[in-house]
Amino acid sequence: MTTLQISRRNTLLSSGALFAWAFLPKLARAEGRDPRLLTIVLRGALDGLAAVAPVGDPDWVALRGDNALTLGSKTPALKLDSFFALNPAMPNLHGMFAAKEAIVVHAAATSYRERSHFDGQDILESGVEKPDTVRTGWLNRLLAGLAPEDRVSSNGGRAFAVGPVTPLVVRGPAPVLSWSPRRILPASDDTVMRLIALYRGTDPDFARTLEGSKKLAALVQEHDVQQKPTSEITGANVTQLRAYFAEAVGAAAKFLAQPDGPRVGALALDGWDTHFNEGIAGGQLAQLLGALDGGLAAAKENMGPAWRETVIVLITEFGRTARINGSLGTDHGTATVALLVGGALKGGRVIADWPGLKPAQLLEGRDLKPTTDIRAVLKGVLKDHLRADERKLATNVFPSSNDVKPVAGLVASA
Amino acid sequence: MTTNSQSDAALALHRFGLGPLRGSIAAIADDPRGALLAELEQSGAGLVAAPNLPNSAAASRAFFEFRAKRLAQRKLAQRAKEAAAKAAPPGAAGNKAMTASAEAQTDEQDTMQDQGDRPANVGVQLVQNEAKVRIEAAVTAKIGFVERLVWFWSNHFCVSTDKSTSMSGAYEREAIRPHVLGRFTDMLIAVESHPAMLYYLDNAESIGPNSVAGINRNRGINENLAREILELHTLGVRTGYTQADVTRFANTLTGWTFIGTGIPEHGGEFVFFERFHEPGEQVVLGKRYPDSGFAQGRAVLADLARHPATARHIAEKFARHFVADVPPPELINRLRASFSDTDGDLKQLARTLILAEESWTPARTKLKRPCEWHIAALRLAGAHGRVASFMAGQTLLGEPLWRPPAPNGFSDYEAAWIDGLAERADIASNFAARVADRLDPKALVDEGLGPLASPQTREAVARAGSRAQALALLLMSPEFLRR
Repeated sequence: MTTLQISRRNTLLSSGALFAWAFLPKLARAEGRDPRLLTIVLRGALDGLAAVAPVGDPDWVALRGDNALTLGSKTPALKLDSFFALNPAMPNLHGMFAAKEAIVVHAAATSYRERSHFDGQDILESGVEKPDTVRTGWLNRLLAGLAPEDRVSSNGGRAFAVGPVTPLVVRGPAPVLSWSPRRILPASDDTVMRLIALYRGTDPDFARTLEGSKKLAALVQEHDVQQKPTSEITGANVTQLRAYFAEAVGAAAKFLAQPDGPRVGALALDGWDTHFNEGIAGGQLAQLLGALDGGLAAAKENMGPAWRETVIVLITEFGRTARINGSLGTDHGTATVALLVGGALKGGRVIADWPGLKPAQLLEGRDLKPTTDIRAVLKGVLKDHLRADERKLATNVFPSSNDVKPVAGLVASA
Repeated sequence: MTTNSQSDAALALHRFGLGPLRGSIAAIADDPRGALLAELEQSGAGLVAAPNLPNSAAASRAFFEFRAKRLAQRKLAQRAKEAAAKAAPPGAAGNKAMTASAEAQTDEQDTMQDQGDRPANVGVQLVQNEAKVRIEAAVTAKIGFVERLVWFWSNHFCVSTDKSTSMSGAYEREAIRPHVLGRFTDMLIAVESHPAMLYYLDNAESIGPNSVAGINRNRGINENLAREILELHTLGVRTGYTQADVTRFANTLTGWTFIGTGIPEHGGEFVFFERFHEPGEQVVLGKRYPDSGFAQGRAVLADLARHPATARHIAEKFARHFVADVPPPELINRLRASFSDTDGDLKQLARTLILAEESWTPARTKLKRPCEWHIAALRLAGAHGRVASFMAGQTLLGEPLWRPPAPNGFSDYEAAWIDGLAERADIASNFAARVADRLDPKALVDEGLGPLASPQTREAVARAGSRAQALALLLMSPEFLRR
């Protein structure tokens, strides 16, 4: 048995839902800015130590042995500062870091301290401290609270989804519209109108959903951001994986770049659960990181001049074990990295209150110990970039997070 | 027959079955509950006849052979290319090289292709052949309650063709179907010792650090399977187990692996490797399990199957799947009691579901999952569907067959699926355009929905601009979309 590469892309596609909100954040606009925010959720738990290695930590090499990225590795890690280095699969991100367009936050985690993916994702995406208690996501609640009268498109979209399965982070009171690339002949407008009419009298939820899809399809056509029809992956999949990430992230950027397009979007990418043959420098994880790196480059290119007003936030539910497991992978852990990318950042910095890697410094003797709350990072971006209200951030967007202060100074304009 | 019993019959087919075949509402209207219960008693219920399909071990060996040969051909082609490049003078990169690589490519394509432009990848063929059997069983079932149970358990104990490519279909036939009306503990042990699962959740190379192999290779455990068994398959998340429980349970499962798929005759079969097994007693959830080799892990599984948290977890998930996102607490309690009192008798669990009044609430709040709706459309239209297009449709709808995005399987909450309505409308339109010519959509409203059809749906179908549009509207009506 082995991995059937043919299906990888479709799996990603069905989970790679893209969402956006077509309103302008009013307060930021009042300052003459037009900020863009794209949130990318990396599902499956990214190994933060493999993405950004603490090469200056004296215990690092002993901890991971042959699997420890170093500046002297066969493919050397890319130096970020005197202590941290980036996975060599990410040269574009390295370039952005050098251009002060990227920030790495290390030893970061949500408030979650167990190791279930599904609870971990629930907490990451819902923004509440207890899993499985609310059915809405923090991004949706943020949108619901951001001056929604400033509609940017006459097509009326507010938030939209690409892909048939809606991720939690954007579920909630702010209406969600859905759109996905059409790979079969679409139902005729007439049929869709008849269905909407039928649903209005019988099933209002269905009516709202289908109306939403219809409006978004119009927005998509108008701006010609239709993705190319996708073909299935056969054989070696690295090229296709790269193409898919570039396409998904790049398409999101195209939406956000439109003068009258949406400003806040989200995307989820699966596949980071590397229990087996992790391939930090040349295998599975390196391929994923490389594909993500290409996606970030595509985003920068597609954003055009809007790049300087853009922040892309990359977050994951938790990290992985500090040590390698019995099958050359890593099991579920705790702290990891959060990555911020975009021209609006005061970048070129690794932000970390480094906990150390000695056995006694590891959480429960096995995981990188969290020292920064991911909510503090998100709050810092939302407050300074979108001018979200700090009190709402502490109550509604991230409930009971009064003690988690926003990280200041992440954004250049702040 | 009263309208009421017709309503119950239609509800039985949509909520617990796979949607009506033509005539089936009338056929079971005398006693809808009795008809559902009778399906559980049919001989061979849950099994499918698949005389030409290989078992999972044979499938994995065939896939291994295919990949090995493909690799060899690629290497030969590469060598030929390199040899030709060396022979030809630089600059005139030349005809010879072109010919050599063109030939090699043709060879490759010959083995890669069968129908149309699809590569004859043995892995893809295996999945499609298994899918055909599964779709056939669903399309032809009288009601489809037992198939729905198979789907439920298969999703509960999911693997993915992304990883366990060649075995995923056979896994369902071997580990799920034989136990779907049997005992939970038997299904649990069949599932967790199946090579498809051992590979999917990475137990195959989990090695006890103090085992012979662990010492020699300086390797340790992989705790993925143990964690997901506790969290997803049995107790449920947040039921009190600790990281230490996960680690020790993983220790008991070390050595549960399979013979390499490249080995003739027995490759791909389950095996217990004593050399991988962590020696010594393990304490899991406060209970001591002496080292009894393979029996140690089995004993933990047997206790997990009997744990009250497992009964609660299964009862709630079962009720959510069939009845409502937030199921009536009375129903959960009945199912939990049934599971506990019968030591996890899954036929009794299914009977309890059907006999509970709470299961028959007239409000239909749940959106059918894509596969269920898709099959219901085929059944009502009397179509069998092409396997490849059915599977492509499922991918488009976000529920690719045997390929869930994560080990928790496909969601049972409506919020995960409602945004796919536009895609369903596209599929319904394309399907209707193909089959509507030979159908009478107005008659199909009665056949498919009976008394459940709203006046608005009847009117929309009656006023449609074409047969195809009428059928698409019927398949997309809320009464047909909801469970």
